[in-house]
Amino acid sequence: MSAAPEVLLPSSADEAVSLFGDGADVTVVGGGTIVVPELTYGRLKPSKALLLHQAGLAGVSISGSTVTVGATTSVSDLCGQPAPLGPCAENVADVEIRAQATVGGNLCAGEGPDAPRGDLQGPLLALAATARSAGEGGITSEPLEEFLPKRRGRLLLDVSFEAPEAGGFSALGRPHTHDYTALAVSAVRAADGTIRLAATGVGWWGTRLPSAEAAAGDPEAAGKAALADVTFHDDALASAWYRERTLPVLVRRALAQLQESA
Amino acid sequence: MKLTVNGIEREVESAPLTPLLFVLRDELEVESPKAGCQQGGCGACTVLVEGEPRRSCLTPVVAVDGARITTVEGLGSPENLAPLQQAFTHHYAAQCGFCTAGMIMAAQAYLDNWGTEDREMIQTSLAGHVCRCTGYVKIVDAIAAVARGDSFDMTVTAESHDTTNVGGAQ
Repeated sequence: MSAAPEVLLPSSADEAVSLFGDGADVTVVGGGTIVVPELTYGRLKPSKALLLHQAGLAGVSISGSTVTVGATTSVSDLCGQPAPLGPCAENVADVEIRAQATVGGNLCAGEGPDAPRGDLQGPLLALAATARSAGEGGITSEPLEEFLPKRRGRLLLDVSFEAPEAGGFSALGRPHTHDYTALAVSAVRAADGTIRLAATGVGWWGTRLPSAEAAAGDPEAAGKAALADVTFHDDALASAWYRERTLPVLVRRALAQLQESA
Repeated sequence: MKLTVNGIEREVESAPLTPLLFVLRDELEVESPKAGCQQGGCGACTVLVEGEPRRSCLTPVVAVDGARITTVEGLGSPENLAPLQQAFTHHYAAQCGFCTAGMIMAAQAYLDNWGTEDREMIQTSLAGHVCRCTGYVKIVDAIAAVARGDSFDMTVTAESHDTTNVGGAQ
């Protein structure tokens, strides 16, 4: 490692927000599973590193029908949640990584050099989650969809969502040597009957599938309609060709899970 | 910073963001955790932090300041091997050996937490560990044997070398 960065170790959420400030030159370290190799290989040379492990931002709380997940909650702590969040969390990497990786890191670190990251973006987009974050302009809450494009400049505090009436999650299988899933689809039927769909592995972060949502009554048609909502790409995990052929299948399967729980 | 490594309290002087792996290997000279991919993909560096398996290459040392760390050196000694070490030897679960220390620590945590010989559960607990010799069957055999409570006669293990090392060079 070159010149050692200044290490910031907040012991409360307020202190974390204050040390983050406007976020300039601050690299946030959640569990470290993504950031630490970047440091080891010299791809990241932060002047300040904000470590959140003692900041009290971990935990899942439920108030009425609202579920709130703190930014440093580990991915393993989501494994028991109903679909799509729980099954998606269980599909992340392996048992050791899940115990160390945090929700905030998974949502915010974003794309890697060879593969899409941010598995949890899919289920949380389908859940229409709200992201609460700090940074320039103070603490704000906004839909996760609007938060994701500007996530690098913000300190995520928590995400919250209404518990769904039903959920589904369908992903391409992966060999145990791969940490990331090439393609996954999350489906949610909200309490008012609205159906929402989102995919990860198409484009560099998670995306809603509005055309597929509009056709959700017919899973076969919804699968085909999803193709209009995304741009496919090649990476180390899968080709655009393969993703284009499998997305309709995953949409169909995720919707079938919703129907099964009708 | 301080770490209790295999029961011995050690002062740490490395920079706070240094991965635990390099603190163990380079500063404290505990060399069983291997620096394989150094990006969390291979599992060769796994150690126990407060009893839980963790990739030491992904863990800034400051995040585990004060913690109890266990490596293979803390399980047994050459004269008095721990059950998993005996099982890996008896079942020829190590080939080149590079992944073995990480495999054994993950397996130790699995046995401490669950302890059954269910092969699927053993595989799940090893999902983050790569053996490029592809010797997975014998590794799972060895862990299942400990879970069952098998005992290992290491004299017999040595004598059976010629018949069990099928295709071996000697």
